[in-house]
Amino acid sequence: MKLLTCPVNGTRPLSEFIFGGEYRLVPDQNTCSDAEWAAYVHNRQGAPSDKKEWWYHSPSGTWFIAERNTLTDRVTRTYLLADEHKPTEKSK
Amino acid sequence: MSLRNPYKAGEWINRTKEINFTFEDEAFIAFEGDTITSALWAAGQKVLGRSFKYHRPRGVLSLANHDVNILMTDGTDTNIRADVVEVKEGMKLFAVNTIGGVKKDKNSYVDSISPLLPVGFYYKAFHTPRRLFPFWERMIRKAAGLGIVNFDYPRILKRKLHAHCDLLIIGAGPTGLSAAYVAAKAGLEVTIVDENRHIGGSLSYDRGGHQVSSECLEDLLNKISDQPSITVRGGAYAAGYYPDHLVPIVEASGITKVRAKAVIVASGAFEQPPVFRYNDLPGVMLGSATQRLIYRYGVKACNKGIVFTANDYGYRVALDLLGAGSEVLAVVDLRSGGNGGLHAVELAKRGVKIYAGYCVYEALATSDKSRVRGAIICAYDEKNNVALTDNQFTIECDGISMSAGWAPAGALLYQAGAGMRFSHDVQQFVPSRLPDGIFAAGKVNGIFELDQRMRDGERAANDVLNYLGKSSTKTNLEKHGGDSLNHDCPSHFYPMIPHPKGKNFVDFDEDIQIKDFENAAKEGFDNIELMKRFTTVGMGPSQGKHSNMNAIRILAKIRGLPVEKIGTTTSRPFFHPTPMGHLGGRGYHPHRLTSLHDWHAANGAVFTDIGAWKRAAYYLQSGQTKEEAIQAEAKAVRTAAGIIDGSSLGKIEVHGPDAAQFLEHFFTGKYANQKHGTWRYTLLLDEAGVVVDDGVASRLADDLFYLSIGTTNAVAVYREMQRCQQMWQLNIGLVNVTGAFGAINLAGPTAQEILAKLTDCDLSPKSFPLGHVRETLVDNIPTKIIRASFVSDMAYELHSPMDQVPQVWEALLNAGKQYGIRAFGSDTQRLLRLEMGHAMPGIDTDGLTNPYEMGADWAIKMDKPYFIGQRSLAIISKRPTNKQLVAFTLAADFKGEMPLECNLVIDGNAINGRVTSIGFSQTVGQVIGLAYVKPYQKDIGAKFKIRTDNGSLVEATVVETPFFQSRKEV
Repeated sequence: MKLLTCPVNGTRPLSEFIFGGEYRLVPDQNTCSDAEWAAYVHNRQGAPSDKKEWWYHSPSGTWFIAERNTLTDRVTRTYLLADEHKPTEKSK
Repeated sequence: MSLRNPYKAGEWINRTKEINFTFEDEAFIAFEGDTITSALWAAGQKVLGRSFKYHRPRGVLSLANHDVNILMTDGTDTNIRADVVEVKEGMKLFAVNTIGGVKKDKNSYVDSISPLLPVGFYYKAFHTPRRLFPFWERMIRKAAGLGIVNFDYPRILKRKLHAHCDLLIIGAGPTGLSAAYVAAKAGLEVTIVDENRHIGGSLSYDRGGHQVSSECLEDLLNKISDQPSITVRGGAYAAGYYPDHLVPIVEASGITKVRAKAVIVASGAFEQPPVFRYNDLPGVMLGSATQRLIYRYGVKACNKGIVFTANDYGYRVALDLLGAGSEVLAVVDLRSGGNGGLHAVELAKRGVKIYAGYCVYEALATSDKSRVRGAIICAYDEKNNVALTDNQFTIECDGISMSAGWAPAGALLYQAGAGMRFSHDVQQFVPSRLPDGIFAAGKVNGIFELDQRMRDGERAANDVLNYLGKSSTKTNLEKHGGDSLNHDCPSHFYPMIPHPKGKNFVDFDEDIQIKDFENAAKEGFDNIELMKRFTTVGMGPSQGKHSNMNAIRILAKIRGLPVEKIGTTTSRPFFHPTPMGHLGGRGYHPHRLTSLHDWHAANGAVFTDIGAWKRAAYYLQSGQTKEEAIQAEAKAVRTAAGIIDGSSLGKIEVHGPDAAQFLEHFFTGKYANQKHGTWRYTLLLDEAGVVVDDGVASRLADDLFYLSIGTTNAVAVYREMQRCQQMWQLNIGLVNVTGAFGAINLAGPTAQEILAKLTDCDLSPKSFPLGHVRETLVDNIPTKIIRASFVSDMAYELHSPMDQVPQVWEALLNAGKQYGIRAFGSDTQRLLRLEMGHAMPGIDTDGLTNPYEMGADWAIKMDKPYFIGQRSLAIISKRPTNKQLVAFTLAADFKGEMPLECNLVIDGNAINGRVTSIGFSQTVGQVIGLAYVKPYQKDIGAKFKIRTDNGSLVEATVVETPFFQSRKEV
C-alpha cells in the first residue's frame, strides 16, 4: 500500500486518506465570462503530469496539498495550503 | 528398491526419526524433513501424479515448487504440492487428477486420443449445436480443475502481522546472504526471506561434485549469525510487491506485511526444461532437481542416467550424479561447440562419454509407460534446429537429467515496475531500469558464477547504503549488468528439439506441446498475450515459471523476430498460490449506534442503515405489517404526539468572530443579521450550483452557530467545511459534535402540552414561535430546543448530551402517555415530511438538480458577495428551467398498480420527469408524492401521467403543499 505524508501527522498508509480532486485556481467570479466559469466548473485536464491535489487525512481531519506526478505516482511535496510558499525543510 | 543414499553433511532430513504415511493406500516410510516427493521417490515410486489434460504419468520435474502435476490431497486440502511440502506422520495422500489412482488412471485413454484435442479445441468444438452445450459443459467442467472441493472445508484464519525493516532481501542464496552481511555490518536492520525451509539457495545443492559451495554456505551462515540486526525467515515467500516497498511475506503460520525502506531482489532463476519428445516421463527431470534430491534428501535420481545439457551446468550435474553413486552413461551436449571446461575433463577422466552437438531426440518409456527406460540420441544441427536422425542410437537408462537454461525469478521486479531487457550474452531477461529503492542482484540480474554473484550481492547492498544516505564500507565495487561475467552462456537460445510425432512438452501444467504454439500462430494468435490465452501456456498453477521463456522463444522463431520483440506477459501477485485463510480478514463493518439503540431494539424496531448509523425505520408490533406500523405511527403524530430518535443528525459548532461570514460563504442564505435564539434554513450547493444538502443553523451567540445536517451527508459536509476553512482562512473553529449530542424530535398537536411538563421554558407560541431556539433544561438535562417544522407544524427538536438522551426520551414517553404518544421511525418520518411537502436533497434531488428546479428559489440570496455555486446560479438563472419538482396526488379512489419512486412521468413518447417520493397518506386520504415534470405541467391543477412498473399510465394532479391543513398558529 502506498504511503502519503500528511504535513501535520506524518507518513501514514493511503487507506487513511481521501482524495479531494485537483487543486485548481478559481477564476475571479466577478470578472470572468460565463464560458470561462463553465470551463472551470466542468472541465478537467486528465493528461498525466505534475499536479497539485487535495488530500484529506481522515482520522485527523486535515486537508492538505500534495504535489504528485500522475504518471509515475510519485509525490514530491505535501503541505498545508497556507504554507504553499513557505520554504520546505530541505530547501531551508 | 530404495534409492536412499548414505548420510551426507548438509542434508535436510533427520535420519533418526521415521515418518509413516500412505500414498493411495500404500504405506511408506520417510525421514523427518523429507518432502512427500522425496520420500516416495526414495522408495522407488516413480509415478507421483497425472497431468492435467492427457493424464500422462508424471514424476519429479523441479522439486522447487513448480511440480504442479504432483498435486495431492489429504481429503481437505486439494493443493498439496508434494515436491516441497514436508511429509507428516499419519498423512493419507492421494493424487488429485486421477480416476482410480496414479498407476491405473482410467482417464489415461485421453493421452491416446490427444491428436483429436488440438489447441483451442474447446473454443471451437462445443458451441454448436447450441442445445447440446449444457451436456458438453457438464463434461468439460468435470474434466477441468484439479481435485474435488471439500465443501466442509474448515474456516481457517491465519494471523496477519506488520513488520518494518531498513532492507528486505528476497532470496537467501549466496547473493542475498552476501548482501545481508554487508548491509547489516553498515548498521541496517535487514530482513531476509526465502521460500525454502533452509536458507542457502543453490549453495545447498549445486555442488558440481565438489565441496566449495557447501564450505561457502557454512562461512556465510556463520557471518550472518554474528549479525544481530539480520532477521532470517525461511519457509517464507515474498508474495507480491505493492507501492512504497510493501511486501507480503507468506509463511505457513500466516502473512506478514513487511514495509521496507529498500528491497533487494535476489530471487535467483528458475531452471527451464529443454523440449524433446517424452520429456515428461517420470525419471526425466531438471538438473537442479537431480541435485536437490541428492544433497537435500540423500536420494538418488536414478541408477543409470544420462545428462542432456545445453550449457555448462549439465556437466556439474553429471559430477553430482557420479558423486551420488549413479552411473552416468553419457553427457549429451546440444551445443556443437560445447565442452564443459574443467568439469568435462574430470568427467572424461572418470569414463563418462560426452556427445557434443548431439540431442536427446526422444525419451523411451517402459511398456507400462510408467517411467523412462532409455533415450534415442542423434546428432543435432544447432543452427537450423534440426535433429539429424540418420545415425541415431539408443542408450538404456532409468533417468535423464536436463539442463538447458534459466529464466529470472523476476516477478517482484516486474510488479515493482522495473524495466527489463533481453540480454543476448546470457540469453535472459535482465533488469534495465529499476524503480527507486529496488535493487536486483545475482542470477535474476544475469550473473551466474558463484563468486560474481556474491560480489553482486555486496554491490547491491552498497547501492542500498548509498540510496539510504549511509556511508558504505566499500565504494570500489563497480555497478555492472553482469552479462560478460559468465564463462559460458547459462541459457541456450533455443533448446527445442522438433519431432514429427510431437509430445515434446513446453508447459507441463497444461500439457502444451510445440505444435500447439504453431497452430495458435496459424490461427492468428501470434502475440504473446493472445497466444498465452489461446494455448493457456503459463496459465496453470505454476504460472509459467518453467514454460514462459520457452514459449517466448518459440513464438519468436515462428514470427522470425528476435526474442526482445516478443515481450513478456504480465506478472501479478501472488508469486505462489496463497490460501484464502491467509488473505481473508474478519468481517468488519463499523457502524454507529445512538444511545437509544437498546430501547429501539427492545421495542420491536426494524433497523435501517443510514450513513454509518443504525436507525430505527419503524417499530413492528406483533401481527403488524410494515405498512400498518408506519401508518399507525404517522397517525399518532397527526392526532396526538410522536417522538423520533434523531441522534444520528450531523451536528457542527462553528465558533469565532468570522462564524457568520463563514456560513454566508458556505450556504446560500444570510446569517450576519440572524438574531440570537433563532435558526435559519441552510442550503449547500456545489460549485456547479447543484443541490448537495440542507439543514438548520441555530445562532446561539454572536460567535457561535450550531448546525444540524442530514444524517447521510453529515460526514461529507463537515469534510467540505474543513476544506473551505483551509481555503478561506477565516477566523473560525469547527467542532464536530455529532457524537456528543443526541436529538429527539417531538411532534404532534399535543407536543407543547407534553413538553411543558418537563421544562420551565415558556413554550407559548408567542414567546417561542417557529424559527426560534432555546437553551434550557428538559427534565433537568441541559437541552437546546429548536422549533422546526420538518414533520409537523407543532414540533420541537431537543438536543441533549448523547448519554442523557435516553432519560429525556423516557420522560417524554411518561409525560405523553395520557395523550397517546408513541415512538416513530425514519420510514414514518419520510412519510410525515412528505405530507408537509418538504423535498429532501438526495431523495428528491439528484446529481444535476439546481435549487430553482427543486423550488428553493426563496433560499437563494444572490445579493451577497459570494457563496459556493453563486456564479453558476448566475448563469443558470438566465436560462429557462426545463424541469420542476411538483407535489401531486392521485385520484382519491385510485386503485391499480401503485406508482413507485423513479417511475417516469410520460407525455406521449416523451419522458418528462420522474417520481422522487410517493406514499399513501392516511391524513390526506390519498396517494401523495413529489415528481419532476416539464414546466408546462407545473401549475396547480395540471395533470400528468406516470408510467408504473406494469406499463399502465396513472394520472396525477399537481397540488399545493403542505398536503393537508394542520392547526394554524394562534
